Amino acid sequence: MTGSADRPIQLAVENINLRFGGVMALGGLGFSVHQGEIFSIIGPNGAGKTSMLNCISGRYQPQRGTITFEGHDVTHRPSAARARLGIARTFQNIALYKGMTVLDNILIGRHIHMKSGLFRGGLYFGPCQKEEIEHRRFVEDIVDFLEIEHIRKRIVGTLAYGLQKRVELARALALNPKLILLDEPMAGMNLEETEDMVRFIMDINQERGITVILVEHDMGVVMDISDRLVVLNFGEKIGEGTPEEVQAAPEVIKAYLGGEQSVFLGR
Amino acid sequence: MSVSHCGDFKETYRDDMKVFQTPFVRVAVGLFVLLLYTTPLFSSNYVTSTMTTIAIAVIGALGINIVTGFTGQISLGQGAFMGVGAFSCSYFMRVAHLPFWVAMPAAGLTAAAIGMIFGLPSARLKGLYLAIATLAAQFILQYVFMHLDAVTGGSNGIPSPPPEIGSFAFDGDRSKYYLTLTMAIGAVAFTTNLLRSRNGRAFIAVRDHHLSAEIMGVNLFKYRLISFSVSAFYAGIAGSLWGVYTGYISAEHFMIDESIKYLAMIIIGGLGSVIGSILGAIFMTLLPQALTVGTGALASIFPKIGFLIMSFKDGVFGIIIILFLIFEPDGLAHRWRMIKAYWKLYPFSY
Repeated sequence: MTGSADRPIQLAVENINLRFGGVMALGGLGFSVHQGEIFSIIGPNGAGKTSMLNCISGRYQPQRGTITFEGHDVTHRPSAARARLGIARTFQNIALYKGMTVLDNILIGRHIHMKSGLFRGGLYFGPCQKEEIEHRRFVEDIVDFLEIEHIRKRIVGTLAYGLQKRVELARALALNPKLILLDEPMAGMNLEETEDMVRFIMDINQERGITVILVEHDMGVVMDISDRLVVLNFGEKIGEGTPEEVQAAPEVIKAYLGGEQSVFLGR
Repeated sequence: MSVSHCGDFKETYRDDMKVFQTPFVRVAVGLFVLLLYTTPLFSSNYVTSTMTTIAIAVIGALGINIVTGFTGQISLGQGAFMGVGAFSCSYFMRVAHLPFWVAMPAAGLTAAAIGMIFGLPSARLKGLYLAIATLAAQFILQYVFMHLDAVTGGSNGIPSPPPEIGSFAFDGDRSKYYLTLTMAIGAVAFTTNLLRSRNGRAFIAVRDHHLSAEIMGVNLFKYRLISFSVSAFYAGIAGSLWGVYTGYISAEHFMIDESIKYLAMIIIGGLGSVIGSILGAIFMTLLPQALTVGTGALASIFPKIGFLIMSFKDGVFGIIIILFLIFEPDGLAHRWRMIKAYWKLYPFSY
């Protein structure tokens, strides 16, 4: 896992300030993510991890600072425009369309790649059907990849939590993104589901070449699979580097672990 | 409910994406449509005329279901948008001398444009606040209907000429029925297709989770506006057909109670369901008639009951909506699915 720092920078975050009234959520945060790496953001509860993801995906607009994705300044672009550039994400609390089937949920990920308008869609037969089949094929590849074939026609709201998390990942992948933001993909999962999810994340990263930004509390996972990581505390960066460097940094140990390094390493 | 017959496997995506999954369903739907087309041959004019109003209501209900049921934006202006369609269709025919076949789509587009304007508040408002904003649309349009005498005839109303093909005029009960039935079937097919393609999925995504819809690249404002205008387009078409049906249109028909009736249709039929729009339209059209017949039968025993029930008609509607919300919140469409599932497994319970 060495050498990810030599690759070109894909996402550069500079001096981000985000305030909610008097509360400073992010104070002058900056880091850069290289092409094709697994980059983790960790920190205690309320450190600003999800706020950072929201700034990158466009749900929040920081008061100061810039976010540059592949040369485009996306700081103030709407989230739909960022999706077009190739940024996808999943949510900490599942944000699926509960009334739709698994397939339809994933097909939403193809929305920006499809063209059929109202009239074509209403007539359906002809170009629209051709397009639907073409994108269905793309979606079925993802369904196979994430091993959710058996539930493809089920209504999402009726599925178990672990499966919903997987469907959400599938939807993000259907966007065919260059960068995927995962907000606590392992939260609330048992050991087996966590192992599956880790396998999927590594496959996404290595086989599909998608850059991954991971926010996760499971330190065993984070330290195992991350190329590099950044540690936040109260909206400020207190450490950055490879897992080894971060674990050795005294500042991190003090703020995040309360001095107990053994807890940090063990799962 | 995607229960299919045991051993019935699909081999292509095209087969898997069909609306009617089995030959039995295809034949059943075909026979039902055939029945609809042959009914006037052996039924009275009264039945034909009632079925015409149902067909018009189906189109209007599909429209409001697209905006309220599928996109999740409450609209209280469907009745007024029908009025826009009816008056503009009549205007295009009488003043611009366009044939009905051009005037009707043009009326639909006029309603769609106005629907889009009144959909603009959806950029900022949600839920009840948006409902109030669309209620404003209803009252503004009502005012316009009453005062724009040149187009709407003010409080007197205005005639709506019948459509013609060559020298044949659609002015009999049967010909009007065939026209509206064909339009209603077309509307059902169009809606079904729309909802299983890109735009329809975007509508549902906006309804179910607007934040993640936006993250997936769905432009929320655009799709809310589209849903408002599509809904108003349907209302415009339904309004044009209403003009054809009555031959004379007046503003009184397009008041707030009409809008509420359409909202009631989709609540009773099933929000976010095409079949629900149809069932709700049938239910709400037949309900007043059933009340009339029922009170007529009771009149010999309780002479004053007819008068009483009729004056409480709106109250009866209200009670029925409340009962549906409590006991069948997914509407008649849910009941329909349960019946289908029951017969699929009969005589076993699962």
